[in-house]
Amino acid sequence: MSALLSPGTKVRVRDDWPETRGPCHIRTPHYLRGAEGVVEKHLGAFPNPEDLAFARPAASLNLYHVRFVPKAIWPDAAGEALVVELYETWLEAAR
Amino acid sequence: MSTDSPLPDPATLPEAKPRAMHDMGGVSKFMCEAVDVEPHALSEFDREVDAIRGLLGAKKVMSVDELRRGIEAIPEPDYLRLTYYQRWIRSITDNMLAKGVFTEAELKAALEDTK
Amino acid sequence: MSEVLEHPSDRLLAAVRQLLTDKGVITREEIAERIRTTDSASSAQGARMVARAWLDPAYRARMLADGAKAAEELGIPMRGMPPLGVLEDTAGEHNLVVCTLCSCYPRAVLGYPPFWFKSAAYRARAVRDPRGLLREFGTELPQGVKLRVVDSTADYRWMVLPLRPAGTEGWSEEQLAAVVREGDMIGVTFPKVS
Repeated sequence: MSALLSPGTKVRVRDDWPETRGPCHIRTPHYLRGAEGVVEKHLGAFPNPEDLAFARPAASLNLYHVRFVPKAIWPDAAGEALVVELYETWLEAAR
Repeated sequence: MSTDSPLPDPATLPEAKPRAMHDMGGVSKFMCEAVDVEPHALSEFDREVDAIRGLLGAKKVMSVDELRRGIEAIPEPDYLRLTYYQRWIRSITDNMLAKGVFTEAELKAALEDTK
Repeated sequence: MSEVLEHPSDRLLAAVRQLLTDKGVITREEIAERIRTTDSASSAQGARMVARAWLDPAYRARMLADGAKAAEELGIPMRGMPPLGVLEDTAGEHNLVVCTLCSCYPRAVLGYPPFWFKSAAYRARAVRDPRGLLREFGTELPQGVKLRVVDSTADYRWMVLPLRPAGTEGWSEEQLAAVVREGDMIGVTFPKVS
């Protein structure tokens, strides 16, 4: 596992599409790929579901609550905040 | 939607990317679909499928992640046509075959018995 | 994808039940027992937690820190259940829970997920059109209240700790719990005093 991200850290969700590369199971919604957000909270560490889904050995990953602005995702969105659980492997430093 | 303005062009939205069909957040085609807020009682079928899933999880035969992967592998027309627990029994069956808990020949024989 | 999976669902269930019990993976008694225990979980469990939190600030703090521990404190079985997170409504911010990818639901404290929570319309709209969605439940957020939508995508299950409704001063825990419904703990409605 990499070093913990503290609350307030700006992050970007990797703009990656494993769906295009064959069978997979992903818990990062499509609408967040490439989106920028802010870490709210570290939620603990959990085995990687992308491996559990195929009964493979699964490394433990840090899980975060990350906050996004809905209007930055859909221009017509209502709601002031959208908060999603994301694994560390999907997060990179915001540019 | 809540506003009078038309929906944005889907080609400019996240859904234009190669999303999987179960990954439904914000997808335009559902935006005008009303939510059925009425209570729907579960059937005996629903309860039993739910229980079998729970037992297979507790006994470490099949994880919830494997259940989900099996559901996500259902072709979209079937996914949208099947009820929640109909998707589950299909995924459970798929997983049991893949894991060799029972074979396809055994399943076919058992299905014959159910006629 | 094997064609055998296209058989009608009730026949698939009968065949799977037959094979799993014949092979000793599970028994019919275990299935019946599991149905009984699952049926016994209901939103009355979560409602007890909410009522206790309204009355006891120390319990409220423990519940916000660790929902599963707070549930166990009230005798709600959480063994084998996912972690439970509690989202605190305030005068300025309201929480709404959805699972856009499947239908993750805090079953240990609310019971089986309701039909609407599993529907495509709810899953799709909650993140983009949450105010329109709330209106279909007859819910209008007061002016100036911010809406915070939580997409339950991973290992946690989330419940909302709603605001205590006006007109409940001096009520007992049982009276308070009786006004809290499942939708109030997902955020589609507010507890109402009739």
